[in-house]
Amino acid sequence: MTDWIRPANLAEALSARAAHGDYMLLAGGTDLMVGASERAAPAGVIDLFGLDELCALGRDDDGRLRLGAGLTYERLLADPLVRAELPALHDASREVGALQIQARGTLGGNLGTCSPVGDTLPVLLALDAEIELRGPSGTRRLPVDAFCLGYRETALADDELIVAVRFPADIGRRSQVWRKVGTRRAQSISKVMLAASTARADDGALRNVRVGLGAIAAQPLRARETEAVLEGRVPDDALADIAAQTVQTDIAPIDDVRSRADYRRAITGRLVRRWVLQLADAQR
Amino acid sequence: MSSASTGTGNSSRSSDSTGIGDSPDRVDGVPKVTGAALYVDDLPAPDAWHGATLRSEIPHGRFVALERDPDFDWSDVVVVTASDIGGRNTVALLIEDQPALVPVGGTIMHREEALALVAAPTRARARAALKALRVTTEALPAVTTLDAAFAADVKLHGSDNVLKQLEIHRDDADIEAVLAGCAHVIDSTYETGAQEQMYIEPQGVLAEWRGDTCRVVGSLQCPYYVHKALVILLGLPEDQVVVTQAVTGGGFGGKEEYPSMIAGHAALLAKAAKRPVKLIYDRAEDIAATTKRHPSRVRHRLGLDTNGQLVAADIDVALDGGAYVTLSPVVLSRAILHASGPYRIPHVRIVGRAMATNTPPHGAFRGFGAPQTTFAYERQMQKAARLLGVDAFALRRQNMLRVGDSTATGQVLSESVGSQEVLDRLEDALAQAAPPVPARLGSLRSPVRRGRGLAFYFHGSGFTGSGEERLAGRVSVACLASGDFEVRSSSTDIGQGMLTIFTQIAAQALDVPASRIKLSEPSTERVPDSGPTVASRTCMIVGKLVERACTALAQRLRDFATESSLDASDLSVLAAQHVAQRGELSETCEHESPPGVQWSDETYTGAAYPVFGWAACLVDVAVDEDTHEVTVERCLHAVDVGRAIHRRIVEGQIEGGTLQALGWALLESVPYEDGRVLNPSMTDCIIPTSADAPDMETLLVEVPYAHGPHGAKGVGEIPMDGPAAAVAGALEDALGIAADELPLLPEVLEHLLADAPLDEAPA
Ligand SMILES: Cc1cc2nc3c(=O)[nH]c(=O)nc-3n(C[C@H](O)[C@H](O)[C@H](O)COP(=O)(O)OP(=O)(O)OC[C@H]3O[C@@H](n4cnc5c(N)ncnc54)[C@H](O)[C@@H]3O)c2cc1C
Repeated sequence: MTDWIRPANLAEALSARAAHGDYMLLAGGTDLMVGASERAAPAGVIDLFGLDELCALGRDDDGRLRLGAGLTYERLLADPLVRAELPALHDASREVGALQIQARGTLGGNLGTCSPVGDTLPVLLALDAEIELRGPSGTRRLPVDAFCLGYRETALADDELIVAVRFPADIGRRSQVWRKVGTRRAQSISKVMLAASTARADDGALRNVRVGLGAIAAQPLRARETEAVLEGRVPDDALADIAAQTVQTDIAPIDDVRSRADYRRAITGRLVRRWVLQLADAQR
Repeated sequence: MSSASTGTGNSSRSSDSTGIGDSPDRVDGVPKVTGAALYVDDLPAPDAWHGATLRSEIPHGRFVALERDPDFDWSDVVVVTASDIGGRNTVALLIEDQPALVPVGGTIMHREEALALVAAPTRARARAALKALRVTTEALPAVTTLDAAFAADVKLHGSDNVLKQLEIHRDDADIEAVLAGCAHVIDSTYETGAQEQMYIEPQGVLAEWRGDTCRVVGSLQCPYYVHKALVILLGLPEDQVVVTQAVTGGGFGGKEEYPSMIAGHAALLAKAAKRPVKLIYDRAEDIAATTKRHPSRVRHRLGLDTNGQLVAADIDVALDGGAYVTLSPVVLSRAILHASGPYRIPHVRIVGRAMATNTPPHGAFRGFGAPQTTFAYERQMQKAARLLGVDAFALRRQNMLRVGDSTATGQVLSESVGSQEVLDRLEDALAQAAPPVPARLGSLRSPVRRGRGLAFYFHGSGFTGSGEERLAGRVSVACLASGDFEVRSSSTDIGQGMLTIFTQIAAQALDVPASRIKLSEPSTERVPDSGPTVASRTCMIVGKLVERACTALAQRLRDFATESSLDASDLSVLAAQHVAQRGELSETCEHESPPGVQWSDETYTGAAYPVFGWAACLVDVAVDEDTHEVTVERCLHAVDVGRAIHRRIVEGQIEGGTLQALGWALLESVPYEDGRVLNPSMTDCIIPTSADAPDMETLLVEVPYAHGPHGAKGVGEIPMDGPAAAVAGALEDALGIAADELPLLPEVLEHLLADAPLDEAPA
């Protein structure tokens, strides 16, 4: 029989984790239960779903926004702070699975799986998020791209938990966009995801440009070349075309059963172009 | 005559209301919603073992040897191979070419062929046993495309890989000469892909032997098809095979022929295991192994004169039948019988071929060949309207069939032709409709291109040609001691509402409350063969038999009342009295074709169908300029159903069929590689969700058919036929591309637009 631990608080969860590095960490289970019947049962389960300290939502003393790893999409969607300060995450949450999945699936679970088609990951990349991990030796904070190491591979140690995601204090003042191109309107696996944010200088120049992309490589990634060509520039039609060109070299899409590499490449370019045009319009 | 759709359900009405045309509560509604209904895997069978199927995994080759891993514990496992078959090793349908199990030394024709079966006390044990079977095969070159089938370098069937060829020649004219003389000829080739039925309940059966009798309960559409197949496979007399339908979670044609295969397997396993065996497919196995809609290629040449009058059509239809004949000849027949459309065309030649390939056999799916050819002829009509610069509705009206006209097979349409009515209703509704409200998600907004497409089409109700006559379906109705009436038919409710509709028809004919009507479980030991639940025939053909049997029974009861000086005002009371005094009373009716319905299989002329349903569908699309994602913003669908027995069920049939057609048009792709399905999961084998469903307006048109119950004709399939063409036409309108293939995935549009890019977005 599989051992089942349901910790009452974070301290208990951490000590269970430290004691049983081989136990499965279970949050909403919406990733883990897929294909569960094909796998051997785990030695044990540490059930984190609904743990209060993982469902915190608010501002830290340093002004940064904090979202607990245990927050479900449903909770994120209902929260006015998320809607106001993190509209890209709000929009992304609305398109995860459908209502049932949104009620169970969590931010921490999306990170834990670190799939190339995890919908929040490009958003977290684009919103300059850092991932807070806690283990016996304390807390560490990693930028998303230092946490997501590869295809379904993370920097999480086997005595650590994902505790929270934190965002820059000024994130709500940056312009944010989100676009998911999926196989259908709900219960849809992404073919391409674009999340982006930027601050604007007084002259309209783009500052702190972040472009997060998903489903276009083995892992979600920041389009760093694209960010570089946009940084400090005032958006216009020509810049939009340059960005569209550049982003196609930032990515490494593949042909698979859900889409084709040439399509993914083409629409990533056009969506980036659209975003820059939209920024140029906002300027006028 | 036509009537408006009420749209809203009538939930306050008591479930005892039987009024024809009302929407009483569904007979099967509460048990299904509360979970009380037992599907086959829910049936209690505590001693049952679990079956599993060893598959070939090569598309073409020879089955050389089968060995058991000597290290595996076989003590609680049974293994069945072709040598355990008592009767003939075949899944009997039209012809006996498909084996139930490939024998050692036999030929493997596709990669999901069953080579051996196992059963064990648990599913996990059965699966482990499968892994402990060692198969040796020898690969042969495979044919996995229509082109390769036609090339016939590898011969799978005869010398040319043609499973079946059928032709229609309307007249003796030289079609090439006629086309050469036409002012306009539109010559295009259309291709459509496979489509998965994706019923919510995967296939499965429970088989059990009691003495020498084999009993099978399963998720299936046609108990008597399975019965016939088992009698032949097991080599048993007919009365030693009993087949019963369990509550079934959807079929769409997918449970027409394949259950005969699974039932045969489970029966063989149960015999070997000497106990009941459940053989239930999971989703992956179901998608990989069971039938899909036939992929097709249709070359259509349409000749018109300068006034837009259709003059000639020369149509070549090719279907990918897969590895065995199965139902392909009948699907091909329906495909070609619909291929020239609901139009008056003086010169028509249609040649159809179903080709053999090394893919699992393609089979029945709602529409049954008609959607493929409808896609082609309606795209042709859209192109004709564009070429001539005439109104889409006007071109249809100018050429459509009306009462007194004859079809390509020379069938004179004598009644219930709703062609004019559906176009009128659609055009009226369009004039009144508010513009669609675009719904878009996400904060990155791309501009869209909009377009509109129209499709106009017909669908033959009931079996093709002399099918109904040959079948001679029967229905019985019996009086019970309780004063209830039992309707005995082999029609199955697969979610489409047959239980409710038969209850309405019977209650009306006997003039008793619906609660007095019981429908017998569709089991071959209790019901006569009323024919399969296919071909949009259940309400129109079998429903009519229910009505006739009830009317005859009512007369017998009234006669009894007169003889015995009893009060005849309540037939239910009389029924109880009759059973008490004289024993059981029942009436059986057999199908009689309406006079004048003549068909020749030899010349392919005459009345192809008893009657046709008529429909028109209009679709508005918005195409994202950046991603080519397509949103169907509106879909208006006018369908002539003869008479809606149950309004809400009919509307549900039309909406569901429409969505399935939109899915086929835009989303549903079943890619194969070397004859293997690449996306056998609900995650990747995409069908539309409710979020993908457009705003749909269903317009019920009722042009009654004299020989259907209360004027009803078929409705199950027709909504599947036309919307795909409407969508493709709308995409052509929006993007200026020739959208001649399905599915029109964004990736396909990307490809089509690469040759003809959009101009810069208008401001
Ligand atoms: C029908 C369906 C539709 C879906 N649609 C989408 C979609 O549109 N977009 C999308 O991105 N995903 C989708 N998913 C996947 C899934 O819902 C999401 O990835 C979700 O965020 C997973 O969260 P969970 O809490 O259910 O994770 P779980 O399944 O509980 O866990 C996932 C992984 O994260 C680990 N984990 C969870 N919490 C922690 C923690 N606090 N610390 C360390 N590790 C942790 C687990 O050990 C496990 O490895 C879908 C899934 C299904 C079944």
